Amino acid sequence: MIEAYQRVMNVESPPAPKTPKGFFTDTSLCIGCKACEVACKQWNQLPADGYRLSGDSYDNTGRFSATTWRHVEFVEQAKANSRRDGQRWLMMSDVCKHCANAACLEACPTGSLIRTEYGTVYVQQDICNGCGFCVPACPFGVIDRAPKHGTFEPGTAHKCTLCYDRLRDDMTPACAKACPTASIQFGDVEELQARARRRLGELRTRGESRAQLYGMPENEEAREVGPLHAFFLLLDKPAVYNLPEVPRLPRKSMAQRYAWSGAVAIGAAVLSALVFGRRG
Amino acid sequence: MQDLANADAILIMGSNMAEAHPVGFRWPMKAKEKGATLIHVDPHFSRTSACCDLYVPTRAGTDIAFLGGLINYVLSNDLWFKDYVVAYTNASSIVSDQYRDTEDLDGMFSGFDASTHKYDNSSWVYQGPAMEGPEDAASHSGHGQEGTSPAKHQPDRDETLQHPRCVFQILKRHYARYTPEMVERICGVPQDLFLRVAETLTKNSGRERTTAICYAVGWTQQSYGPQIIRAAGILQLLLGNMGRPGGGIMALRGHASIQGSTDVPTLFDLLPGYLPQPASFKDDQTLESYLKGATVKGGYWNNLPKFMVSMLKAWYGEAARKDNQFGYDWLGKITGDHSHIATAAAMADGKVSGFIVFGQNPAAGSPHASLQRKALKQLDWMVAIDLYETETAAFWYAGPERPNPSDIKTEVFLIPTAAPAEKDGTFTNTQRLLQFHDKAVDPPGDARSDLWFVYHLGRRLKDLYRDSTRPRDQGLLNLTWDYLPDRPGPEFRIQDEPSAEKVLKEINGRTVSDGKLLKDFEHLKADGSTACGVWIYCGVFPEEGKNKARNRTPTPDNYVSPEWGFAWPANRRILYNRASADPAGKPWSERKKYIYWDAAKKRWTGPDVPDFPQTKAPDTPAKPEGHGMELHSGADPFSLKPDGRGWLFAPSGLKDGPLPTFYEPLESPVTNLLYDQQSSPAVNRVPRKDNPFSPPGDPRFPYVATTYRVTEQYLSGVMSRWVPWLSELMPEMFAEISPELAAERGVKNGEWIVVSSVRKEIECRALVTRRVHPLAVDGRTIHVVGLPIHFGYKGLVKGAMVNDLVALSEEPNVYIQEDKAFTCNVRRGRLS
Repeated sequence: MIEAYQRVMNVESPPAPKTPKGFFTDTSLCIGCKACEVACKQWNQLPADGYRLSGDSYDNTGRFSATTWRHVEFVEQAKANSRRDGQRWLMMSDVCKHCANAACLEACPTGSLIRTEYGTVYVQQDICNGCGFCVPACPFGVIDRAPKHGTFEPGTAHKCTLCYDRLRDDMTPACAKACPTASIQFGDVEELQARARRRLGELRTRGESRAQLYGMPENEEAREVGPLHAFFLLLDKPAVYNLPEVPRLPRKSMAQRYAWSGAVAIGAAVLSALVFGRRG
Repeated sequence: MQDLANADAILIMGSNMAEAHPVGFRWPMKAKEKGATLIHVDPHFSRTSACCDLYVPTRAGTDIAFLGGLINYVLSNDLWFKDYVVAYTNASSIVSDQYRDTEDLDGMFSGFDASTHKYDNSSWVYQGPAMEGPEDAASHSGHGQEGTSPAKHQPDRDETLQHPRCVFQILKRHYARYTPEMVERICGVPQDLFLRVAETLTKNSGRERTTAICYAVGWTQQSYGPQIIRAAGILQLLLGNMGRPGGGIMALRGHASIQGSTDVPTLFDLLPGYLPQPASFKDDQTLESYLKGATVKGGYWNNLPKFMVSMLKAWYGEAARKDNQFGYDWLGKITGDHSHIATAAAMADGKVSGFIVFGQNPAAGSPHASLQRKALKQLDWMVAIDLYETETAAFWYAGPERPNPSDIKTEVFLIPTAAPAEKDGTFTNTQRLLQFHDKAVDPPGDARSDLWFVYHLGRRLKDLYRDSTRPRDQGLLNLTWDYLPDRPGPEFRIQDEPSAEKVLKEINGRTVSDGKLLKDFEHLKADGSTACGVWIYCGVFPEEGKNKARNRTPTPDNYVSPEWGFAWPANRRILYNRASADPAGKPWSERKKYIYWDAAKKRWTGPDVPDFPQTKAPDTPAKPEGHGMELHSGADPFSLKPDGRGWLFAPSGLKDGPLPTFYEPLESPVTNLLYDQQSSPAVNRVPRKDNPFSPPGDPRFPYVATTYRVTEQYLSGVMSRWVPWLSELMPEMFAEISPELAAERGVKNGEWIVVSSVRKEIECRALVTRRVHPLAVDGRTIHVVGLPIHFGYKGLVKGAMVNDLVALSEEPNVYIQEDKAFTCNVRRGRLS
């Protein structure tokens, strides 16, 4: 019956799932060159977001947007004394996390946001109606709606596709391909996770006591949004990199919030009955 | 470059490698992964510092004080690599009794003429029997005005290093006062940090371990850049790090193929392959006298006549015959200093009428840019060839001086050119590696490659002069000029594009009789039977259809990857690699095994091409009565040096002294603590009214300015400030200052400030950051102002040009300006 319907309606069945793909971003190797940002914009033909010196270290793009899908963060650390004790300049190339339980995907009412055969999260532009529900749903501030640009319909949502078009041709995503120091590593998620654990061990042995992984299945971050398909090795606490300690999935707190709303509604009803009821 | 991954420690100094060479920086990062210690010594904490294990803030322009301190540390703590130093350096050579050191003459060497500001170096030579020919081919480069001393000697030696005039003892005395305390007082580097650097380098050098040093224009763009590099060379020789894996000195070049443009040079005083340009003020009137003056008796440079005659055969073909000195008379002879800086000064005085400018942007990218713009206005005509309308091309209507086009007489032609993907050609990268790239698409519209422009200009000029019988035109008429392809690529619209491979074949060279391509420069002859455009590139195209610059084959069991590109000379990756084995030919250690003597096969072997005669046994004695390589024994690794040794002391080749000596920069807030001589005595300050310098300690300019690059922009921005993706990442000109200086000048982060030198003022944003350290210099706090170099008045993003603040000056050997250290002031606000 379904098959007949698909044939008549010319509907393709979804491709068979493949080994999940993702990024392991090792910030201990990042040199802050932003080649990933440029490669991403070039491959995906995204426009510049404007020309303004932010004064915030060397970060002049500032945040993710519908037209900035990779963003390199710069964190300057040093004591105020003349020796600048503890001086570090942390750099991290941030990207869509392609969460296992993606909040944006759950929030999408049209089915535009889908999980691809590579386990990544993808916005189908021909379906997105620009409702914007996904924007506040994302706990990482990744996805955003676009102004009119090129083939972008105004108001539609955009974010990293993990270079879906390149994956289909067995090519490495543009950012990982351009990274000169292999800070951005692309591959099978499970293999990358094993590599990340090994790497953390190495760094810890070398004395990087504050090094930690972010987004692994066993980590606190995975509690609600699940393991991240784009995960990180950080050299300090997540908050230092502007990452949430526990990214929240809106659905998880929905029951609680509905309960609260209900309780407040009942309370208000009781209160108004008490206040106004006596007059009757 | 790849070999940096083998280093146990890397000192990066005078270089912002992670930002200016991000792709090459993967190799230091790999070394770090393997456990190497990375050190960055620099005036500002950059992305390079962020990646290093140790950052050492230092005052710009004090590098020799720091390196001299390291040399003194190695010598006074007896940490030098004795077997290496005695066998492979000139430590034991005895210097002439006429020589006087800076220790004797308070900061000057013997032979200085105060009226000309020049040294006569005849007292710096070795003591020993006289030889014919110049002392060393190093005197080839930067000898535009006059050669170094004609004195030539084979050195007497004292292998015990005890003779008071042996190089080792002179070195010890010369650097004795460069103590850790002195380093702290001059550079502002706390002693504990300095000692950590010294300990790291010495612990990671020797038989089992090696240290590499990386530098870039942070060293070369100072008033004595070559001397800073020499100081690093001395340190590396003392530690036994030259010619060994993970050792050496990595010169990081400033542009994509600037190495290529020195090899096949755009320099006025050199012919291809580092042959001296004939000069009217030397005895260069005939080929014979030129060769006599330029040919060194000892070492590989003894073959210079083969290189020169083969080059003339490549240029003039059949017209180059023995009876006309192979066309030698057709070569132009230089009459003096024709460097970029001297030419700009002459242009400003109206002495230059026409100017063709390819891929260069003097109006923004050259020192004293406002003087450069003034100079362009004196021209009758200018042809600017570039990808975009550069500041130079637009000087007649745009710029800080707001020129009125009707006041400018210069006729300007703007010629659009092709980008790398729009043409064939080679890049010679910073490690002497030639890599060919293929054209992917035609350039748009009327844009043509630089090769197209030069080829067709030459073709038309030859046509214009074809009937001339004047002797001076015969060189042009006889030039071989046959570069059109046999079959133009049918997929391209432009069908008259010359073949870059044909040019490369001419560079590689052929046997004249049968036209066969040459396999290597060992086959070159001085009798006119071989033609070779650039001897050091010989072998890049060894047979038809085999362009080795195209090679991209990984060699899984050989990390040297000899099948990737072609490294000159002879596809050799590490120069002087004979030094990676001990005098007997055995590796210094198993861990650092590289090139060694295979006694069974009686030849040198290893993963790289040996830099030594292949079958010359380590116990071969030198032949003092012979010439060329015969003068070297089987244990003399430095084949280009006349005595086969690494030079701790340079008896010739440099115009400003045989040993690196610390002088303050031309502009400095302090006086020289080591000598009465404040700045390098042999520097040309290009004295003219519009090129003033502030005196030492000038209270009007109390801060040290230094310049650098950021990853996001490139050079003066011609190739990057037009690209939206790059421009948004670094959109405005800024100055990096410390919070302490910001407080002193009442400036907040992001505010407009005016940065001034005695020459000009510019406005930009203040980026206030703890990455800039105030320095404690001899009891005073010295502030550093960091200025990126990338801006100008054309492009998508614009900003002030730091080169407006910089003076014209000429280092005496290579004619480079000092822009890495000068004095400035800062105030809140904007230019009115």
